[in-house]
Amino acid sequence: MAASSQTAALSLAATAPATISTAAEELRQDLRLIAEMIEPESRVLDIGCGDGALLAYLARHKNVDGRGIEISQSGVNACVGHGLSVIQGDADRDLDAYPAKAFDVVVLSQTLQATRQPRKVLEALVRIGRRAIVSFPNFGFWRIRLGLLLTGRIPLTHCLAYPWYETPNIHLCTIRDFVALCDEIGVRIERSVTLDRLGQPYSLDPRGSLANLLAEQGVFVLRGSSRGASDTALRSQC
Amino acid sequence: MPILTSPRRRLRSAQDWPGNRLLVREPLRLDCGIDLGPFTIAYQTYGKLNADRSNAILICHALTGDQYVADPHPITGKPGWWETLVGPGGVLDTERYFLICANVLGGCMGSTGPQEINPATGEPWALSFPVITIRDMARAQKRLLDHLEIDSLFCVIGGSMGAMQVLQWAASYPDSVFAAVPIAGAARHSAQNIAFHEVGRQAIMADPDWCGGHYLSLGRKPVRGLAVARMAAHITYLSEVALHRKFGRNLQDRLAVTYGFDADFQVESYLRHQGSTFVDRFDANSYLYITRAMDYFDLAAEHDGSLASAFKGTRSRFCIISFTSDWLFPTSESRQIVHALNAAAANVSFVEIASDNGHDAFLLHEPELFETLRGFLNGCAEHRGLGRSQ
Repeated sequence: MAASSQTAALSLAATAPATISTAAEELRQDLRLIAEMIEPESRVLDIGCGDGALLAYLARHKNVDGRGIEISQSGVNACVGHGLSVIQGDADRDLDAYPAKAFDVVVLSQTLQATRQPRKVLEALVRIGRRAIVSFPNFGFWRIRLGLLLTGRIPLTHCLAYPWYETPNIHLCTIRDFVALCDEIGVRIERSVTLDRLGQPYSLDPRGSLANLLAEQGVFVLRGSSRGASDTALRSQC
Repeated sequence: MPILTSPRRRLRSAQDWPGNRLLVREPLRLDCGIDLGPFTIAYQTYGKLNADRSNAILICHALTGDQYVADPHPITGKPGWWETLVGPGGVLDTERYFLICANVLGGCMGSTGPQEINPATGEPWALSFPVITIRDMARAQKRLLDHLEIDSLFCVIGGSMGAMQVLQWAASYPDSVFAAVPIAGAARHSAQNIAFHEVGRQAIMADPDWCGGHYLSLGRKPVRGLAVARMAAHITYLSEVALHRKFGRNLQDRLAVTYGFDADFQVESYLRHQGSTFVDRFDANSYLYITRAMDYFDLAAEHDGSLASAFKGTRSRFCIISFTSDWLFPTSESRQIVHALNAAAANVSFVEIASDNGHDAFLLHEPELFETLRGFLNGCAEHRGLGRSQ
């Protein structure tokens, strides 16, 4: 894995062959960043894989053995119709069946805030993946804070574009909230990248107040604690 | 309801039916402990086996299906049951794949079953035919593939009872199955489904013409019982929405109800027709045996109750498909298979297709089903080195 996210993202844009950078540009900014964090040939589970853009990219350019879970039927059908291995399901219900360390990397992009039990989901991610990569919108972003302060209404941003009455995002959190939960359940943060409003990545300290104010999104690489690992070892023996 | 006067002659002309027949001399050890053999497997093939022998697809038929996937049925003359999928450029592309479909063991379209003559007695087997299981069916199919010198199937695919055979293949012969597509199936037959089958069997056995199963020797045929069994089963293949859309409460060739027990309603007339045409092409004892095989199917039971163990270490690629309105093999059954495959860290896709055609949707033109199958098979073909489709 690259030493810093900045170099990783920049090297992609600057030095990658034309075909890859073209394909990478089709990817959402946070997905592009996630793709760079994944080693070639690894086993990847993408939870909430949507139309399969990340999986297709990883299969094509990194020879990854990829699987996906997607809640929407049309998304699943599109993925399978394109030859991707994707099941219909959701993060709240369908992660228990997977054995511990079934994947090298489990990806949950822009989905954590839409789960019913984010804490359980987070625990499941680091159980079934050697690493988990989680991206989510930061509710502590200054525009959100300012919007709520000035207008008194639920702020709409391009990451959080739904009005309050039909948003799937039922468990929004700030970067600080997320870090606190990781600490509480013993999930180690290996690396964190924050994205500003233009999708520009920065390596700000996720525990600092600057990241929580300036980042519109956070991308975290997580690993289970050794305590968690022994729990799963016991569980897998049952 | 028409009564057939010469059922024996009609059903015993199997030798004249088109297709291939393989006589397997080596007896088959069945789950019930009996060695059956020699026995016959009747089968159809479509397309050509490639030089690597790597493009074969085994199609597994459902309870009342047969090997005539894309040929006119030799008795009814109706088009093959998956004709819409099979052909040059089709989802099951005959220019690319070599398709094989065999009549199941216990069936009545040429493979050895209760209506065939027991060589030991010179009489039809009837109820002296051993009870067979889904695993026995797969074992018989394996013999056929050994004969065809196909060690590894590109794909095993089937709906309903065909899906059970697909799962059995994946569990019993994992190294011979590159891709597995069980459609509208389950890893075990539910209590409700066993109950429906029991209604059908009791209807057959309550028919005086069943004669304890010896109707063929006596020149009789339990057509009323078999027709009722088919009528009851047919309801379970549809959905309330589909039935209502098709028939509503419409009356059949009349303006008002007749205050009697004729088929006043179109839906009654339809069911009677389904029942009466079914008896022309199916053997009542075969119906008993095949429904029993489905009832006995419980893949987890073969593996100490753990379905995941049935798929342990599998390298096959799975595509599980269910339909929203299928209440006979509901999505929850498919989801259990998916969870077991996930637990086995298998490569699995799972698609639930929106359709109000009920269980029968797998036999109908469902565009989303076709697209899913096409995409999945294309992806698998690339991994198999069969090249891209045109």
